[in-house]
Amino acid sequence: MSFRGKDVLSILDFTRNDLERLFRIASSKFEGDELKGKVVALAFFEPSTRTRLSFETATLRLGGGYIGFDAIQGTSIAKGETFSDTIRMLDAYADVIVVRHGLEGAAKLAAELAKAPVINAGDGSKRHPTQAMIDLYTVWREKKGIDNLVYGVLGDLRYGRASSSFLRALNLYSPKKVYLIAPKSLRPKEELLDTLKIPWEFSNLEEVLPELDVLYVTRIQKERFPDPAEYERVKGSYRIDAALLKNAKEDMIILHPLPRVDEIALDVDSTPHALYFKQAAYGVPIRMALLREVVP
Amino acid sequence: MSEELVVRRISNGTVIDHIPSGRALKVLRILGITGEEGYMVSMVMNVYSKKLGKKDIVKVEGRELSSEEVNKIALVAPTATINIVRDYEVVEKRKVELPDRIEGILRCVNPKCVTNAPREAVHPSFRVISRKPLKLVCEYCGEYLTEEEVIAQLAGT
Repeated sequence: MSFRGKDVLSILDFTRNDLERLFRIASSKFEGDELKGKVVALAFFEPSTRTRLSFETATLRLGGGYIGFDAIQGTSIAKGETFSDTIRMLDAYADVIVVRHGLEGAAKLAAELAKAPVINAGDGSKRHPTQAMIDLYTVWREKKGIDNLVYGVLGDLRYGRASSSFLRALNLYSPKKVYLIAPKSLRPKEELLDTLKIPWEFSNLEEVLPELDVLYVTRIQKERFPDPAEYERVKGSYRIDAALLKNAKEDMIILHPLPRVDEIALDVDSTPHALYFKQAAYGVPIRMALLREVVP
Repeated sequence: MSEELVVRRISNGTVIDHIPSGRALKVLRILGITGEEGYMVSMVMNVYSKKLGKKDIVKVEGRELSSEEVNKIALVAPTATINIVRDYEVVEKRKVELPDRIEGILRCVNPKCVTNAPREAVHPSFRVISRKPLKLVCEYCGEYLTEEEVIAQLAGT
């Protein structure tokens, strides 16, 4: 199906075939001028490093230009302009609007207000579809496929939008098993568990590590906790280091949407398991492929 | 004792029958009826019902309910029937049916949902994912709204 002019709000806006078409485009090392004369608006109401810079790079590599902001200071939002008005204004300037926002559903609201297609670059604690594309692409490339693998998803599965999107994305595939590994208070909400059509179970890392083909690690996101005391109770409750990985399969890969804090020790970086920097690098070709497909 | 003997017939207005027992006061609150509007309102609670075992009935003299109000009632009293009465005759019988989508009546319970942001151009909307027990999902943030939360909101408790 064509994504020309369509909004990208959730990973479930895509079928497996759509994703694999994107993956093939992304892996074809294409460069071109498909965005020549086009303007991409990057509306980052929340801080971001990889997502924003990879969208910028993807735009430039396709010959386009970009406008936008990555902090509300210096914009009219600081003067009290509403999100809705900011989006209406960007809609008048740009051919596509990439939105990152702390409020859940902000991208959907933007899509309702704007004529230009809206790409959700992460809103609230549930949706980050382009990150999920990168995560799946990394598995697709590195493990030569996504089906029939054993996955462990470790960390903040309650407030982490990357892990939520990744789990939803796995619904499009047939993993052999998915282990959800999280402190009790950070287990996914019923809303997410109800949507999972994959074989999953709660477990702990030590027990299932030898079985895993992919370990997806996320940080405990201090900024999304409604109660700071709850954060204090769970911070530092898991940590991957090289010694622990001695029990892992030789070809088990570790993904992380980054940034990491202390959940992956630096000594893991030099092991063959560490795929997270490569995963971050894949952000550019995936977002190039997506922009090429979506921008009218 | 027949319900007609408990509450007398009305000449014009609305009879809300088959309300789950104990919810008549919530129905009145949803309708915004406090008693100060001047309508003659009668209510019986926990009367025998063949269909429900026990039920409540509300009769409002001089007021015909709009569709929006009927929708609201469906959220707390899905079994209710609405009878519009003119000159002592039932001229219209409506069965309350919960629509698949509820817009503008409820608010999302998630404080981080964009629909709770002040001054934004957005109205909360929900999809009904289960009717019994009632469960709604916010179309913006995906958070669930349970039957208890719906009743608490609509009854203003």
